[in-house]
Amino acid sequence: MNLTRLRYTLWGIVGLAAALFGLFAYQLSQPKDEFVHSAMIGEPMPAFDLPPAVESRPGLSSADLADGTPKLLNVFASWCIPCAAEAPQLEALERAGANIVAVAIRDRPADVNRFLAIYGNPFTRIGRDDISEVQLSIGSSGVPETFVIDGDGVITYQHIGDIREEHVPILLEELRKAGS
Amino acid sequence: MIAEIGLAALWLSAALAVLQLVGGFFGARDETNELRALVRPAAVLQAVLCVISFLCLVWVFYVTDLSVKLVANNSHSMKPLAFKLSGAWANHEGSMLLWITVMAAAGGLIAFIERRLPERAMMATLGTQAFVGIGFYLFILLASNPFERLSPVPADGNGLNPLLQDMGVSFHPPTLYIGYVGLSVAFSFALGALLTRNVTPEFARVMRPWVLGAWIFLTIGIAAGSYWAYYELGWGGWWFWDPVENASLMPWLAATALLHSASVLAARDALRTWTIMLGVVAFSMSMVGTFLVRSGILTSVHAFAVDPERGSFILALLALYIGGALVVFAMRASTIAEGQRFSITSREGALVVNNVALSAILGIVLLGTLYPLLTEAFDVRVSVGPPYFNPVSAIFLVPMLLVLAVGPLLRWRRDSLARIKWPVIVIVVAILVVLIAAALFAEMSILPLLGIALAAGVGIASFMPLRGRSLRRTPLAIWGMCIAHFGVAVSLFGMAADSAFQQERLVAANVGDTIEIGPWEATLQSISPVAGPNWTAMQADMFYSYEGGPLMEGHPQARSFWAPPGETSEVALITRWNGQLYAAVGNMAEDGRWQLRLWWKPFVTWIWYGGLLIALGGVIALVGRVVSDLRRREAEARGEARPYPDEVEYADYDEVRSIAGPEEAKS
Amino acid sequence: MRWLVALLLLALAAPVTAQDTMPPAPYAYTQLEDPAQEEQARELMHTLRCLKCQSQSIADSDAPMAGDMRHQVRTRIAAGESPDEIREWLISRYGDYVSYEPQISSTTWPLFVIPLIVLLLAGTVLLRRMRRKS
Repeated sequence: MNLTRLRYTLWGIVGLAAALFGLFAYQLSQPKDEFVHSAMIGEPMPAFDLPPAVESRPGLSSADLADGTPKLLNVFASWCIPCAAEAPQLEALERAGANIVAVAIRDRPADVNRFLAIYGNPFTRIGRDDISEVQLSIGSSGVPETFVIDGDGVITYQHIGDIREEHVPILLEELRKAGS
Repeated sequence: MIAEIGLAALWLSAALAVLQLVGGFFGARDETNELRALVRPAAVLQAVLCVISFLCLVWVFYVTDLSVKLVANNSHSMKPLAFKLSGAWANHEGSMLLWITVMAAAGGLIAFIERRLPERAMMATLGTQAFVGIGFYLFILLASNPFERLSPVPADGNGLNPLLQDMGVSFHPPTLYIGYVGLSVAFSFALGALLTRNVTPEFARVMRPWVLGAWIFLTIGIAAGSYWAYYELGWGGWWFWDPVENASLMPWLAATALLHSASVLAARDALRTWTIMLGVVAFSMSMVGTFLVRSGILTSVHAFAVDPERGSFILALLALYIGGALVVFAMRASTIAEGQRFSITSREGALVVNNVALSAILGIVLLGTLYPLLTEAFDVRVSVGPPYFNPVSAIFLVPMLLVLAVGPLLRWRRDSLARIKWPVIVIVVAILVVLIAAALFAEMSILPLLGIALAAGVGIASFMPLRGRSLRRTPLAIWGMCIAHFGVAVSLFGMAADSAFQQERLVAANVGDTIEIGPWEATLQSISPVAGPNWTAMQADMFYSYEGGPLMEGHPQARSFWAPPGETSEVALITRWNGQLYAAVGNMAEDGRWQLRLWWKPFVTWIWYGGLLIALGGVIALVGRVVSDLRRREAEARGEARPYPDEVEYADYDEVRSIAGPEEAKS
Repeated sequence: MRWLVALLLLALAAPVTAQDTMPPAPYAYTQLEDPAQEEQARELMHTLRCLKCQSQSIADSDAPMAGDMRHQVRTRIAAGESPDEIREWLISRYGDYVSYEPQISSTTWPLFVIPLIVLLLAGTVLLRRMRRKS
């Protein structure tokens, strides 16, 4: 290797290191997105048919989600603490006219009943998913998550984590968009 | 009081580092400058003070002084003593104090022992060591003070993550750290040589034992870490290509390459720029690794003490030291004259292949580790894991292992394959026989197949350099090389055998059930709760029998910790010479049966035996180098000239020079 | 006596973690009957990322969701789907993140091209040196 080429190579390495540090600095400045987002936004709901999770509400199938009215699909579980925390917001959404259906993940009917008795039941239908089947098929990676489904059964929006007060208008807006 | 003493000692060492830098700076410019007299004492005293400071931290953990914030956050009065002590470094602040302590100790040792280098180069080296140290002192004192007090004093501490409450953790991080930080010595030597334009075989000889020392610790640390993950995570995996694991592998790859290129520089005065480059890269990889672990910008199973602000501080240090070193290098490289030339069919040629392959693997590991970070900048998340790293690194590993088998048989400078025809034939036949036999009689995928065949070839080849030598007169360094290369073969065999032959049984068992797995029969005798000092567990009492032989006991546990809460799986390992039975117990199913996970892992232990052999080879070579250097010093004191072993080695082959012809001989 | 204390403590410790009490999905901890199919499933599971864990494959995790994913993998393999189809299915749900085996795509090509360049570069450097000296 002659000297000029060596010098170019070395400056090249300096450049590479600088680019690397730049990348590090950029990533440090970014808030870290810990969530795994669903790749199913804009896709039709995969076919499924879940039995009821409690006696007081019917089960949930993909056909119920394509009946013409846009809906919120809440993925929850009685053993999940943030799910309890978002209950008031779900009620607010229901009062605002949202049609909310739910999937209970890995849950027993007795536990779901108790949960609904304490935190309220804003759901029109609750499907029972003991092996996270539907959860996996819509690209959800935890509880709670809330999806917006339009009247044709197409997933249009995903909210990850518990719904805080500031998220209520966002979800209503998404629901309105899904309806038009 | 003890905490304040520790903090004061740390401030004093920081001040001494500044003194060392100043002295080193003037000493490197002018070897008659009187300030240089400060440098060695400052380095030694700094090392002593840092050790005192670190002992103070261990002491406050020993007595569980909860008025110290770090203790309150990471310890608990009910924790067993060993884990109280290891709690001192199983956290960010403590581990940074360990970092600077190792760094100061390495600097102090060099200052105390090393007398071979020219004074100016020595001053530049110690100055650099101080310069790097100052950054880390600032980081600790300003952003991660381990001795910070807490008011009011809490009733008890938060405890330590259950996964970290294990003997492996008492042992693995300090070992790894000594290796990581020990490489700062290579960095300082390389910069010292560069700044004083002193890239000579002498420099390589002086640097080599220090790098070797760090490399030994790194090797043991990685092997221990892998074994810890193996038995602690409870699923039988021993290497996950996790970012943090990769962060420890990358400095090791660079240090391994550096050791080999330093040999070429020491014996033959070639590969000058390359050796300097590796010296800089090795420690850079240590710092990059620390940054990745501490900043939390990568998702890792080992992530702890994640803090973006501290990440920024470490990044600034990275940019200053790595960037600075590379710029100095780029500016100075043209002043390093090109070294001696050699033929590709020679010892140097083989070592160059080894270096290129190791560097390529390093590049791939770096690329694969950082790639997800790059795509995240464009809002795309990808994962890079074993299915990428295994085959892609094998592309470079396979030729490297072939050259590893043959290279040590070649002579320096120029040789012909015809001369070593017979050994090469033996090696090739061994590889082919094992390859064909394994392909015919065992169903194996391609990578384990290649692994086993190459392990056979390298294993046989590793002791061939001893052929035709008087074993008693063979230098220890050669013995070390043979043992380390043999360790590579052993480890490779373990990896290949485990991935090709392991058997897995997942069952729900009733008490009294017997499960067959491979040649083993395992019986679940009973299952009952047990209590430890800060945990409770369900313990399965199981008996195991190999091919109907005598019964052996093993008790896997599912542990629940309460301070802080968490669950771990304590596996039972039944070890034989030819492998390990790995048993873990899970939860109880609704019908009252227990989840058992059993693996028969043939030859899996050879992975770590191999790792230890590699380290042992390093130790033997290190002892050899140190002893021969001491003898040389004695001889010099008597007024005799005594050549370095490298020169003797090279002279053995002097007849090659005459064969090479006059035109070759003059270069 | 000691085990009674232990049992009591175990009972006290249990509710601390918020996790379901449901039994795992049938094939989360149970192997397939057919060893060839189980081997296929095992290899695939080692290359799928557990979404609830920190950088672990679903084959190395006790998380309930990893168990449910293992169940999906095993039942789909048993139903005759190929490992690649299952990987595709998961990628269409979670994106490339779920697979430890990067697929060659517009975002991942450098992962494959760069090693190739390194290989070519290393090859030419060595060949050149060999030719020069022979």
